[in-house]
Amino acid sequence: MELAILITKMQIVTAIVAAVLIIVAAIGTTFGFSMLGGKFLESTARQPELAQLLMMRMFLMAGLVDAFAAIAVATGLLLVFGSNPFLAAIVKAAAGTLTV
Amino acid sequence: MVTSLPLTESEYIQHHLTYYQLNLRTLTIGNGGGFWTLNLDTLSLTIFSGILIVSLFYFVIKNFNSERPGKLQTAIEMAVESLQNLIKEMFHGEDKLIAPLALTIFSWIFVLNSFDLVPVDFLPRILLFFGIEHFRTVPTDDVNLTFALSFSVFLLVIYYNFKGKGCVNLTKEVFSSPFGIWLAPINFIFRIIEEAVKPLSLSLRLFGNMFAGELIFLLIATMPWWIQWTAGGIWSIFHILVISIQAFIFMMLTVVYLSMAHESGH
Repeated sequence: MELAILITKMQIVTAIVAAVLIIVAAIGTTFGFSMLGGKFLESTARQPELAQLLMMRMFLMAGLVDAFAAIAVATGLLLVFGSNPFLAAIVKAAAGTLTV
Repeated sequence: MVTSLPLTESEYIQHHLTYYQLNLRTLTIGNGGGFWTLNLDTLSLTIFSGILIVSLFYFVIKNFNSERPGKLQTAIEMAVESLQNLIKEMFHGEDKLIAPLALTIFSWIFVLNSFDLVPVDFLPRILLFFGIEHFRTVPTDDVNLTFALSFSVFLLVIYYNFKGKGCVNLTKEVFSSPFGIWLAPINFIFRIIEEAVKPLSLSLRLFGNMFAGELIFLLIATMPWWIQWTAGGIWSIFHILVISIQAFIFMMLTVVYLSMAHESGH
């Protein structure tokens, strides 16, 4: 019983943490991309002949903005679907001592 | 392990995230060697794609035809030319190493990243017939490879610092750069952090993107087979963009770092 409660708590914490990871990454990228796209449109409207050059640079910046959001999302998904090292640690420690 | 299919979802992902490793202490397959472990999957695919790129360029040079250029030749000429223009803009000063370095980095990382578009079970299933249990298809989602790449860039940055500024000027700049000579220790620490962050961010950015991509492909592969094409198709199309942008960013940042190192008085 004790072990079941412990595992449930761990799962709740993991779910919340994964959600926060993905949400914060999403919020950050949203701000980044809105700024990036807005500035790109503004400057293209001002100087349409630079559109090609600016688009290339915008994609470069998009890659920079995207990178850490992608890492956060992957970490969150790994915690949910892949292996959860914290839960595994509980199970491993409990294997010898406790009974369900 | 894999012979006892079907696995659960998390076992399936774990299985696909295990490297094909050679332990150099005991010369056996499997991990446990600590530092003395070779990731054979990463190494073999990296060398394979390096040979592929070199032989492709060699083939194009051998069959060079200035009268009637073929499609392949035109494509590579376009790539080389646009890269040359880009580097003329970015890198101030004359240097013979930068342009070939940038071309090598871009094409190599691009090919390595492209292994992400190979279906996740394709290579592991084929190699299973040859008795290889674990195989990771994407070389750039191995943090060892991305760190190796960025560490060689880091060594080049140090070399260009010395080459562009000279020993005396470099020492002066390191100790007096942002705050003046009276805060020399703080300047020094700032400089060390500034330089150390470069290889870290370069490698982790590439690794994180590729790892995320591969993980999401793995998650898509755990879905029922009749729905996979929707999510897989969308993610593949998006991933074509990510692959080329990450290769391009790695190359651009390398050139930017080297040009910053080469310029005196920044």
